[in-house]
Amino acid sequence: MTSTQVSHQVMWNRLISVVEEQAQALVRTAFSTSVREAGDLSAGVYDAEGRMLAQAVTGTPGHVNAMADAVGHFIARIGRGNIHAGDVYITNDPWEGTGHLHDITVVSPSFHKGAFVGFFACTAHVVDIGGRGFGADANSVYEEGIYIPIMKFADRGTVDRTLIHILRGNVREPDQLVGDIHALATCNEIGQRRLSDMMGEFGLTDLIGIAAYILDNSRRATLERIAALPRAEARAEMRIDGYSSPIDLRVHVRVHEDHIACDFAGTSGPDPKGINVPMVYTKAYACYALKCAIAGDIPNNAASLEPFRITAPQGTIVNALHPAPVALRHIIGHMIPDVVFGALDQILPGTVPAEGAGCLCNFQVSLRPGPNAPQGARRAEVLTFNSGGGGARPDHDGLNATAFPSGVMTMPVEATEHTGPVIIWRKELRPDSGGTGQRRGGLGQYMEVGARAGHEFDISAMFDRLHHPARGRQGGGDGAPTTVTREDGTAMRGKGRQFVPAGGRVHLAFPGGGGYGPASARAPALVEQDLARGYVTPEAAMRDYGLDAAQVARILDAVKKGTA
Amino acid sequence: MGKADIRLGVDIGGTFTDVVLETGGAQTSTKVLTTYAAPEDAILVGIAQVCARAGIDAGDIGQIIHGTTLATNALIERRGAKTALITTQGFRDVIEMRTESRFEQYDLNLELPEPLLPRQRRYTLPERIGAQGEVLIALARTEVEALADDLAQAEYESIAVGFLHSYLNDSHERMVRDVLEERLPGVMVSLSSEVSPQMREYERFNTTVANAYIKPLMKSYLGRLDGRLRAAGVTCPIFLMHSGGGIISIESAADFPVRLVESGPAGGAVFAAHIAARYGLDKVLSFDMGGTTAKICLIKGQTPKTSRVFEVARTYRFKKGSGMPISIPVIDMVEIGAGGGSLAHVDAMRQIRVGPESAGSEPGPACYGRGGTRPAVTDADLVLGKLDPDGFAGGSIQLYPDRSEAALMADLGSLLDMDARTAAYGLAEVVDENMANAARVHAVENGEDLADYTMIAFGGAAPLHAARLCEKLGVARCLVPQGAGVGSAIGFLRAPFSFEANRSVYMRLSDFDAPAVGRLLKELADQATGFVRSCDADAPITADYKVYMRYTGQGWEIPIVLPAQDAAQPDAARFQALFETEYAKLFGRVVDGMDVEITVWAVNASTPHSMAAPVPAQTPTEAAGTRGTRALFDPARGQSSQASVVARTDLTPGEWLQGPGIITEDETTVIVPASRRAMAQPDGTLDITLSPEGTP
Repeated sequence: MTSTQVSHQVMWNRLISVVEEQAQALVRTAFSTSVREAGDLSAGVYDAEGRMLAQAVTGTPGHVNAMADAVGHFIARIGRGNIHAGDVYITNDPWEGTGHLHDITVVSPSFHKGAFVGFFACTAHVVDIGGRGFGADANSVYEEGIYIPIMKFADRGTVDRTLIHILRGNVREPDQLVGDIHALATCNEIGQRRLSDMMGEFGLTDLIGIAAYILDNSRRATLERIAALPRAEARAEMRIDGYSSPIDLRVHVRVHEDHIACDFAGTSGPDPKGINVPMVYTKAYACYALKCAIAGDIPNNAASLEPFRITAPQGTIVNALHPAPVALRHIIGHMIPDVVFGALDQILPGTVPAEGAGCLCNFQVSLRPGPNAPQGARRAEVLTFNSGGGGARPDHDGLNATAFPSGVMTMPVEATEHTGPVIIWRKELRPDSGGTGQRRGGLGQYMEVGARAGHEFDISAMFDRLHHPARGRQGGGDGAPTTVTREDGTAMRGKGRQFVPAGGRVHLAFPGGGGYGPASARAPALVEQDLARGYVTPEAAMRDYGLDAAQVARILDAVKKGTA
Repeated sequence: MGKADIRLGVDIGGTFTDVVLETGGAQTSTKVLTTYAAPEDAILVGIAQVCARAGIDAGDIGQIIHGTTLATNALIERRGAKTALITTQGFRDVIEMRTESRFEQYDLNLELPEPLLPRQRRYTLPERIGAQGEVLIALARTEVEALADDLAQAEYESIAVGFLHSYLNDSHERMVRDVLEERLPGVMVSLSSEVSPQMREYERFNTTVANAYIKPLMKSYLGRLDGRLRAAGVTCPIFLMHSGGGIISIESAADFPVRLVESGPAGGAVFAAHIAARYGLDKVLSFDMGGTTAKICLIKGQTPKTSRVFEVARTYRFKKGSGMPISIPVIDMVEIGAGGGSLAHVDAMRQIRVGPESAGSEPGPACYGRGGTRPAVTDADLVLGKLDPDGFAGGSIQLYPDRSEAALMADLGSLLDMDARTAAYGLAEVVDENMANAARVHAVENGEDLADYTMIAFGGAAPLHAARLCEKLGVARCLVPQGAGVGSAIGFLRAPFSFEANRSVYMRLSDFDAPAVGRLLKELADQATGFVRSCDADAPITADYKVYMRYTGQGWEIPIVLPAQDAAQPDAARFQALFETEYAKLFGRVVDGMDVEITVWAVNASTPHSMAAPVPAQTPTEAAGTRGTRALFDPARGQSSQASVVARTDLTPGEWLQGPGIITEDETTVIVPASRRAMAQPDGTLDITLSPEGTP
């Protein structure tokens, strides 16, 4: 290692810091709930070839490969000869961007001392993009909102006013949308300034040397990990609820000497409603699962992602083609890691977790004044993010009510109740919902949702695992399934919009994660701790873990006396 | 000299308890090893030492100001009291479910920190307040009484009460306290509506639980301390430094001990702010680097930047989200795992990584020769020539460069095919870059450009790294004040009496209710002033007003300073204008057509800051006399050259040293790279600036 290599290392650190900073700037200025609370955004820096050098680690793995591929599409569409200082490019193409129209990707070419050196790109989920609004109900992508092909948002510093006019006229929240696009452009600018500072400090005229250093080291590190794996292949499948009919996800994973191939042949065909997944999004979640298992510490860039080759036959639900509706592509996307883990578990025993809740347990309520509404009653749209339980790990219990694979944060109930006349009557852990096992599955959670006096509402459900709970691994039990009912116990559907009259409530029980290993092997001290904490009820402790009545009584007494 | 002129600052840190006695203009200080079992022991020893040296009796001391990490440590080490939480039915698990997210995305074996109280110590009551402060389910006193009887069986020492939306309506929380005081006399009660009346239940409940959890411990400690000091002849009042950078009475501290968390570092920021005032600097970056961490803080207008929530007890590489949130007024600092003891290794990408793992004081860096075999930042500093092996800590600790080289080669050099010096260069550059990145990100988050900032560096390791940081950040000037080793304790002596009261109340500017705003601000001002008045019956008290605002629909508020006149006569248009100015400054533009809302209101009452005597302008006189030279590696130039060695005690005001140079003192070593020169100011501060071209 020479002094040059020391400076290269410093520059690599710096670039990672720049993209993190770019992402933070977006989180703080964006209007969309899913950006600021869920971290549904991304930011990256690229060399002049369009190869991604560094990407911010944000709340969603869904942009991982999408961002790596996006700039290549921009170069192809804009044309190399048409790139100028002051340009800003834009798209929301689900197939060349990040999977649905609600994600706007903005790319800016970067110049240093007059010379073109690379790109900055960022993506954020916007509040509204027109069409039917955010939901699964469209029959084609044309109904899901306005489409922005890859084009110039600004040409040599001049913003395209016509584009802005058209956008403003086609969406429900024009000020917020335009605000968000400007925020995206600004965050690229921040990145460019910092890149230029760095190039000045190190006397660089281009990024060729530093790009080679980053990509070579990342590729080598990734290939070393792959080379250390057994040359093996495995298949797995997992059935989930879907929208219109159950969906089978099938995967074949094969470890080659210098890459891992992951193919989804045999997976169900597309659904008539908007839960279909463009290939780019499937790649992101499959790749995320593989990287977590074998190379989680290697940062994402063109070279570290390249050895993960993800394919799916055209026309499967995980490689849905234009014009399939794709707005809620996250539901199936979030399930992909579990099926990939199913195959990996056969190749790398003792590495991956049992199945978990998978997709986020999100719902949107549309509230409005009912027949006898009090004065001051108002309409409101309230979106919430919630999580079920994680799958148990070979050496650890599953995480209770924690998102995986998404990195979403939930909103405080107090904040949610300020956004509209909704009342969350309950939000707490769901005992006995974790799959039994030597390692217990993570607990799901209960929620109860109602409205302030005089308001009725529609709930847009986006839930899965009602009929296909998370399966345990290596003898572990299944997690509890999702249930959705009215306050009187009447069943409701897991997906789609459903009416609730004034005074009515929705009772939700979100799924638990699967267990790992046989319950009989669980350490007695952990069973007792679970009982003391109420993670398992006395009945379950006796039925599933073999405690006798005297043991249960002793623990409950200790809890009462404050000694447990 | 009157009694009022004799003041004592005490800072209990993780390793040392620092005591500083000020008698008129003179300072006497000492460091005593912290005595964990009974922290007051070290204080008594330290006080006896400084009093003897200054030739005074304990009874002559006019005021004692105390800051401590005890509260922080009790939270980190989970050494609190047997505590219960009473909360709203349906919300038993708020402090356990946290944000339902993972702070590290790529670790399948991630473990989340356990909540301070396990589930069986969290109880619920049927009650509910709505988002307008209205009662949705009234709390029945009989329910509370029944629960109190259950709690009595479990023999809790301390109880936290946190109900949803209690920051808007505290009647249910107060009812619980009334019943508990009646049925469980002697059990301490903390209400969320008093400890942290802010919206967001996870932060508020966690803060309240933390307060309850450490309250018995802190109350007993403060009581013992008071007794011991009185027995030792101290007659003066004792005050506590709080996390917001001010001081409060010992009684307030015992009621709200969570406000003592991070009071030591807050003292450091106040110390830097005072130096800033002496030099008339409006924009200062304080840089405090010790053995395990570095802390960075922005100081504008000679006031450290504050925040209303921060995180303690991070469990995972200092990663954001891996600790627990505490929502109290606090000096806003970035803390990263970079100190003299931080250890280095090589990762899968063949990159050098440094920290947050630290060698601590035992075994210490490899160069201490006490059994440490892994390379630490101090080892790199030694090999690069920044430290004198025979003069470390005034010569009290012998350093062994060969051990450093062996460690650097074993863990870095042999893996990366480089010699020990290059490995040391790489290690030092990585740790400096990490700190520089943290400073840059913090500046950008606050809409600041560091180019026109001055750095103030203190803490044992800071002067070794400060100038390189300045080079990386484009900062032209750095001050290294005297007494940098006990900066926090000196800071305590400069802090005003202050208390910040704040409350969450939503209001859109389109629904602005000026009379209600006036009343709210007045109420908060009265509350804050009351706390300060209890410390000082006579001093003039000023109130500073701040509101947190955002565009409706955003999730991130920005603090807006409200001039007193706008607090007295609130006007929506003025609020809008103030917000837009600040927003444009932070994010480059305003957003047309969006409504603006206020989420949190805060009033800080304080006595005037201690007057900072301006340091007279000093012009360079002559080059300092050197005591020799030694080879010093300059990372900006990638090579070594002979550096002049000067003893700080030899310097007289105006004397300067052109880099490359090394200024030695007992507590630390100040590095002056070739790009800078250092001049001694009249107060002993070293003023390190960019060299003019050619000779200075």
